[in-house]
Amino acid sequence: MRSPLSPEMATQEVPLNETLAHLKTESETLKLKLEEERAKLHDVELHQVAEKVEGLGQFVMKTRRTLKGHGNKVLCMDWCKDKRRIVSSSQDGKVIVWDAFTTNKEHAVTMPCTWVMACAYAPSGCAVACGGLDNKCSVYPLSLDKNENLAAKKKSVAMHTNYLSACSFTNSDMQILTSSGDGTCALWDVESGQLLQSFHGHAADVLCLDLAPSETGNTFVSGGCDKKANVWDMRSGQCIQSFETHESDINSVRYYPSGDAFASGSDDATCRLYDLRADREVAIYSKESIIFGVSSVDFSLSGRLLFGGYNDYTINVWDVLKGTRVSILFGHENRVSTLRVSPDGTAFCTGSWDHTLRVWILMC
Amino acid sequence: MSNNSASNSSLALAQKAVKQLRLEASVRRIKVSQASAELKNFCLQNANKDPLLMGVPSSDNPFRPPKSCVLL
Repeated sequence: MRSPLSPEMATQEVPLNETLAHLKTESETLKLKLEEERAKLHDVELHQVAEKVEGLGQFVMKTRRTLKGHGNKVLCMDWCKDKRRIVSSSQDGKVIVWDAFTTNKEHAVTMPCTWVMACAYAPSGCAVACGGLDNKCSVYPLSLDKNENLAAKKKSVAMHTNYLSACSFTNSDMQILTSSGDGTCALWDVESGQLLQSFHGHAADVLCLDLAPSETGNTFVSGGCDKKANVWDMRSGQCIQSFETHESDINSVRYYPSGDAFASGSDDATCRLYDLRADREVAIYSKESIIFGVSSVDFSLSGRLLFGGYNDYTINVWDVLKGTRVSILFGHENRVSTLRVSPDGTAFCTGSWDHTLRVWILMC
Repeated sequence: MSNNSASNSSLALAQKAVKQLRLEASVRRIKVSQASAELKNFCLQNANKDPLLMGVPSSDNPFRPPKSCVLL
């Protein structure tokens, strides 16, 4: 009979090897158990439940505004809560704030680095956050004085050890959540720059994140180059659920409006829907003819439509319940790199490597 | 000494992985049929308020001004 493992014993070689092997076996057993438990509840497919739902008719969506001004690839964009302003960031280091109604540029900042891969609007509308190859996330308060140099008031908030891939304010201007090529996500206090919580678990670059709708509580989802989508508890730093069904990098994740599910877009050319309470993938949005990666996804207000921006320059619009494509939109002249539906759901905006942003609406 | 610390860290990693898997295995789950029904109901209940699904009158859509000019 072996005595229980004590810290001193852990340093001896023979018990250590046996313990490692034992842990590996337990690991494999648990993984199998996890799959079994998930499979037990897989009694039906989402599209079967939606069989009797009325199909969606013809969808005509058109570009109503084109925002021109970036000198290079647009990498990221975000809407202001006022439903009219947009912040966008580009490979050439420029961050621009636009009035999407008039297409006027209201502010412009030149970052000290190229490839500004992440940008976000503060909930108050009074600041924007951005970062990229500088490995940081910085906050710029937006001045009412158009002549004021925004860079002067810049606040460095987050510090990672590799590129910043995404950032998002939480429900206030006071905290920012970031994801990075260093494989971690982190929560920061904007005022002090203090690290409040870090999230470890991805085995490679984290490429995207999305916060759960505020009614659902303090969680967020992240996606990475390890093909995993992880759901995190913001307070404890714990990964509470993990999904690994994609076959390549996950470039974008977005919560379903009710907070009970989330969608993902991947380099494997598919979008997928994961239900958090069933703890599994419940739909795949793909077609044999779609072979290019998805860079960004977002839902319409009711969650019935899923918009995907693709590397083949198109936007595919999916019926979330039935799993079918309802529309394909052309217009951009290079990869669609970013896509967000406006806060009131009346429009969605796309950014592209063709240097422009487009605002689209439903024509009816 | 370095052998021991490398072994200790792989042990720590393995323990962490098992702990994480135990946590994930213990998650309470519902059937896909129930989860899907709730997703479907949410869509249907909110369909009327979804401008990209149903459309809104031009006067309510800031990106689509009401038709007021005629091109000759």
